[in-house]
Amino acid sequence: MIHFDGVCLSYGDKAVLKAMDMHIPAGVHVALTGPSGCGKTTVLALAAGLRRPDAGAVTVNARRVAYAFQEHRLLPWRTAAENVNLVLGDTAATMAWARHWLALVGMAEGADLLPAELSGGMRQRVNLARALAFGGDLLLLDEPLKELDPHRRDSVLTLLRDHAFGRTVLLATHDRQETEALAEFTLDYRDGTFVPA
Amino acid sequence: MRRSGTAAKSLGALAFWLGVWAVLSVLIGRPLLLPAPWTVAERLLRLAGTAAFWHITAVSLGRILLGAALGVLAGVVTAVATNRYRFLNAVLSPLLSVIRATPVASFILLALIWVGRDILPCLIVFLMVLPVVWGNVSAGVAATDGQLLEMARVYRLSRWQIARRVYGPSVGPYLLSACHTSLGLAWKSGVAAEVLTMPAFSIGRQLYESKLYMEMTDLFAWTAMVVMCSIALEKLFTALIRRLGRRRSMGGQGQ
Repeated sequence: MIHFDGVCLSYGDKAVLKAMDMHIPAGVHVALTGPSGCGKTTVLALAAGLRRPDAGAVTVNARRVAYAFQEHRLLPWRTAAENVNLVLGDTAATMAWARHWLALVGMAEGADLLPAELSGGMRQRVNLARALAFGGDLLLLDEPLKELDPHRRDSVLTLLRDHAFGRTVLLATHDRQETEALAEFTLDYRDGTFVPA
Repeated sequence: MRRSGTAAKSLGALAFWLGVWAVLSVLIGRPLLLPAPWTVAERLLRLAGTAAFWHITAVSLGRILLGAALGVLAGVVTAVATNRYRFLNAVLSPLLSVIRATPVASFILLALIWVGRDILPCLIVFLMVLPVVWGNVSAGVAATDGQLLEMARVYRLSRWQIARRVYGPSVGPYLLSACHTSLGLAWKSGVAAEVLTMPAFSIGRQLYESKLYMEMTDLFAWTAMVVMCSIALEKLFTALIRRLGRRRSMGGQGQ
C-alpha cells in the first residue's frame, strides 16, 4: 500500500529524512513515533502527496486518502457541520450524514458553530469527523488525540479503532495510549529514518 | 440607537458645511463665482423636473457602471491568471504598473485618438478600475491559507469547489474593498473623461458647457448630481453586500 524507497527530504540545511525505506501492506496500522520535529508529519504529508521527496520515491496505492491534520485545517467561514459536509459532496442531502459523523465524535451540539467558536479539542473532533466521513482506504492521523479532554479520549479512540478496521492507518504520535490502541506496529525515528521499535 | 446617532452626526456635519457655503456665498456676493446653496438647490430641482436631465444622468451612469463592471471582471480574471501562471505575471505586471501610474488625462487624450468619444469614458473607467481590482484580488489570492488548499487537495475538492469554498471567502473581502474604492474612482475618472471628450448625453458635457457659458449654478447643480449619484451607489453597494452577507449566514449550507 505505502512504499518509501530511499526517500530523502530536507528543510533548508536540516536533513529530516535520509534514504528512508518503509513498506506498509494494505490493512496494517502503523504508528510513527519520535521527538517533536523529527519528521513524522512530513512522512504523512509525503504519503498524502502534499510533499515531494528531494530524492527517492513514494508510492501509495490508495483510492482515497483521509487525513486528520494536526492543525485541524477547518474552513473558518463554515460551521462544523458544513466543514464535514464539504468532503461528503456538499449538498443539502449529505448534511444529515455530516451531522451523524459529528454526533459520533460527541459534537452534535456544536455542529452549527464556526471553528472560531469551538475549543481546540472540539476543532480536533471536527477534523477527525471529517476524515472518518470521507472514508477511503488509507487513514492518516496526525496526533489525533492531542487536544482532547481526558474523558473524550477513550470514546474517540474506540471510534477510531472501529473505523480503522480494514483500512491502512499511518499514525504520527507521541502518545503511548494512542499507539497501543491504534497501531499493530510501531516505527521509531532514528537518524533520518523510521525503524521498528 | 447608534445608527440614528451616526445619522444625526452626518446630518449635522452636512448642515455645518452647507452653512459655511451659504456664509461664503453671501460674503463674496457674486453668484458668478460662488452661487448660494439655495440657488443651486432650486436649479437642481428645476433640472430634475425635465426628462433630459434623467436621460443624461442615466446614460452617464450606464457608461460608468459598464466600464467599472468590465474593469472588475477583467481585474479578477487577470489576478487569477497572474497568480496561476508566473510568466503571465512577469508579462502583465509592468503593463499594469504603467496603467496605474499614468495620469488619467494622458489616457483620455491618447484614447481620444484611438476610439470613439462615446465609448471613451467607459474605456477610461475600465482602465482605472482594472489595476485596483487586479492588485487587491492578487493580494487576496496570495493570502489564501496554503494549508486549507492542501486540505482541499487531499479531500479531492473540485476546482469549482476550491474556487467557491476556499478562494471565494478568502478573496471576497479584498474584492469588496477594491469595488468600494473603484466606485469613487470610476465616477471621478468617468466624468473627467466626459468633460474632455464631450460625448452626447453626458454629465461631463453639461459640466463643460456650464463652465463655457459661465452658468455656475448649473455647474454646481450637475456637480451635486454627480456627488449624490456617487453616494447613492456607494450606499447601494454597501447595502447589497450587507444583504448578501446576511443571506449567507442565514442560508448556512447554501448551494
